[in-house]
Amino acid sequence: MENQHISAETLQLTKEDFASDQMVKWCPGCGNHAILHAVENVFPQLGVRKEDFVVVSGIGCSSRFPYYMNTYGIHGIHGRAAALATGVKLTNPNLSVWMITGDGDSMAIGGNHFIHAVRRNIDINLLLFNNRIYGLTKGQYSPTTPQGKVTKTSPQGTYERPFNPGELVIGAQGNFFARVIDTNPRMMTAVFLEAARHKGASIVEILQNCVIFFNRAHELITGRETRDDNQLIVEHGKPMIFGKQKNKGLILRNSHLEIVTIGENNITEADILVHDQYESDPGIHMMIARMAPPEFPIALGIIRSVASQTYDQALMASIAQEKATSSIKTLDDLLNSGNTWEIE
Amino acid sequence: MTRKNNTVVELEQVVVRFAGDSGDGMQLIGSLFSDSTAFSGNDFATFPDYPAEIRAPQGTVSGVSGFQIHFGRKTVHTSGDLADVLVAMNPASLKANMRWLKKGAIIIVDADAFNKRGLEKAGYNSDPTTDGSLDGYRILRTPITEHTKEAVKHLDLDSKTTLKTKNMFSLGMILFMFSRDTQLIHEYFEEKFKLNELVVNANKAVLEAGYNYADTFEIIGNTFRIDPAPLQKGRYRNITGNTATAWGFIAASERSGRPLFLGSYPITPATEILQELATHKSLGVKAFQAEDEIAGVVSAIGASFTGSLAITTTSGPGLSLKSEAIGLAVMTELPIVIVDVQRGGPSTGLPTKSEQSDLMQALYGRNGEAPVIVIAAKSSTDCFYSAFEASKLSLEHMTPVILLTDGSLANGSEVFKIPSANDLPLIHPPLAEANDPEYKPYKRDDNKLNRKWAIPGTEGLRHRIGGLEKQDITGNVSHDPLNHQRMTQLREEKVQRVADYIPELEVIGEEKADLLVVSWGGTYGVMLTVIEKMQAQGKSVALAHFRHLMPLPKNTEDVLGRYKNIIVCEINNGQFVKYLKMNYPQFRYHQYNKIQGLPFMETELEAIFNELLNQ
Repeated sequence: MENQHISAETLQLTKEDFASDQMVKWCPGCGNHAILHAVENVFPQLGVRKEDFVVVSGIGCSSRFPYYMNTYGIHGIHGRAAALATGVKLTNPNLSVWMITGDGDSMAIGGNHFIHAVRRNIDINLLLFNNRIYGLTKGQYSPTTPQGKVTKTSPQGTYERPFNPGELVIGAQGNFFARVIDTNPRMMTAVFLEAARHKGASIVEILQNCVIFFNRAHELITGRETRDDNQLIVEHGKPMIFGKQKNKGLILRNSHLEIVTIGENNITEADILVHDQYESDPGIHMMIARMAPPEFPIALGIIRSVASQTYDQALMASIAQEKATSSIKTLDDLLNSGNTWEIE
Repeated sequence: MTRKNNTVVELEQVVVRFAGDSGDGMQLIGSLFSDSTAFSGNDFATFPDYPAEIRAPQGTVSGVSGFQIHFGRKTVHTSGDLADVLVAMNPASLKANMRWLKKGAIIIVDADAFNKRGLEKAGYNSDPTTDGSLDGYRILRTPITEHTKEAVKHLDLDSKTTLKTKNMFSLGMILFMFSRDTQLIHEYFEEKFKLNELVVNANKAVLEAGYNYADTFEIIGNTFRIDPAPLQKGRYRNITGNTATAWGFIAASERSGRPLFLGSYPITPATEILQELATHKSLGVKAFQAEDEIAGVVSAIGASFTGSLAITTTSGPGLSLKSEAIGLAVMTELPIVIVDVQRGGPSTGLPTKSEQSDLMQALYGRNGEAPVIVIAAKSSTDCFYSAFEASKLSLEHMTPVILLTDGSLANGSEVFKIPSANDLPLIHPPLAEANDPEYKPYKRDDNKLNRKWAIPGTEGLRHRIGGLEKQDITGNVSHDPLNHQRMTQLREEKVQRVADYIPELEVIGEEKADLLVVSWGGTYGVMLTVIEKMQAQGKSVALAHFRHLMPLPKNTEDVLGRYKNIIVCEINNGQFVKYLKMNYPQFRYHQYNKIQGLPFMETELEAIFNELLNQ
């Protein structure tokens, strides 16, 4: 069953249709507030009936999200939101399913469910709030905490190498990966819209700031002075150029990405790599997703968006096929199938 | 074919055991002999005895695969204690199965396999079939391998395929022994190998050779006849417990109108339920093979939230992994059925052996106060009705149900009288109506105390639920102390009130017998067999068998109070007896526990009960 196509105009939904009556209890200044607003902005634009949204989550600060949306919602247990979302979507593929999770919920305790939801390509929209710290339990390191960071459980600094969620998504054969920052509402809105329209598992990593336990975790990327040199906003069909003077760009040399300056060494804009989010080969997307300061700018925007069959489409097609061809159409058919005998 | 003048001996019931190397096709001939038994109108029950390894070294005791069938002219409740007839395809299978034989049993062995190498692999110092160590048994040394080769030599068959057909020689002999026809088996070959005429002809030739060998050489001396059992008029089939469980859920889906969703991860001995349900997409069944046990149950909770009849299937280790999620289903008050096909534990334990040791885990194995309904199937065919009832209770009372079966029920098969869908009750889940202005997520029905089920996609019912404590009626998150106490008590009371919707405990036997035998779950067949036998001998014994464990039937206390002597028998270290002591401390209980990965034997139970009666 495909989403019935309804235009957003016909439904005439507004942001207010999705605001819940519950008090939002995130800390003042938490990046989650901006994300909530962006989602409330996106839902009315999707052409989906308000009853057809389901918001699911695991455990963590971000996972309180369903309580703050006036939709159907379920707040699950730690790490298992992807499995919850799977059960919802497979029961009714017509629903628009949104999964809210964090770096602890999806990269640590729920890592297994996360990679399998991606691999199966179940048509859900997964918003990964990455603040690089455990917030709800008050400040322990997470699987995305930078190496060396001192936290309550790493008093000498962590020895662990952090996960890069994009690398994990593409490594698990993910076909939609985007990265945004909580300080850029316009980009969040645009990317969430694209994620919702993509058929399959759409993963959006949101670099989110925890004001209490890891304030300025993304300072290099968001700070007024440093951001232009440390973020690269990728757009399909456009050369990957960044920097305060918009004169730095990416080229591929000996199968490695390299930063060059336009105007130096005969480099012109024409030499800069053009972003192709629809390229099915994951190689270049993996390289872009892996870029991180200080050597490289971090890539923001839609890094990968490749169409492919979803699990739910395959399942429904298989059910339709079996219904059309099998001689077992009812319980009575089943009970009397195969080897049976009559006692007179 | 000319029939010699054989003596035909009439029997009440017989137990036949087929044993061979795990590649010898014992399960196949066992199942073909079951079909033939069904065709003869006998009642029967079967049990496969698989080795723990898929292909253990050939010829060794650990690689022996067995299949037992118990059939008779009266109702058969178990797959039988000790065998009257054993087919042993090699020395290892003889060695592994001697303990399962009645004194004086007929043993058919492939004499060609009893060579030096075969005997050594099985750990025999000398040939037990010739050294006199099996005196008292009737040993039929038959050169099965040689005769098989002889039977197909006119066909252009390679030696590997030839040897694969030797199981049919044994089957032919057994068919003759029990005055059966070979026609049914021919039809099976024609259907199964319809693309390979050579294989059809080879199997037929070997089957007939075995049949004629038994006839011509009069090696058996006499044949046996077991008259048809007085089964009720109707249509029948053979069914294993796992298939019956799967079908019970399909039945509940049809009678409730809710689509069936299974989230599951393969685990012995529950896997066949997942496999079976995966084949029924034509009935709209969605069988999701999850990445682990937790994803199995959690996907089912998501499916339940979205309006499915949602189930998950597992065995003990998987139930441990699912416990946190079951708590989520308790808190969100969503319907879900968790099937635990019990096996020997703890930890990996005895994966291929049966046990009843997950009872306490099912009753209490969760954090917090997390009551669920617990029921236990009593036989392989009852797995169908138990799965149906578990679904009905779960859907109508909006609460998780744990259904306990076990490895013996799961793999064993019984004759199943096929019900008609219309004979099964309709199931009425408490669905909330679209745009109901009165809808509140945790508003309850006055009698059942269940909340309404509001399904995503329905207009005017948007709501949020989750694992945090809920405010009464509104379902909003609440940390209020008195609300938590009230909600905890409501969840408990909701499960206790299910007692009004389940049948009372039945007693088989006198109201005031000298001894009341108490059992639960999968031991029903052997209990009933022993109790009926002892009652026929005039012994004053009665049986109270429990299918409903949480809540207990309402008359439990009354029943237990009527008997001076109570013995609780379980395949565990005494979990149900502890539970009864806790609930009804005023009674005295004897207990009999077996924790060997083996079922109860009729003889051992009879001895225990007689001892108590004689005290």
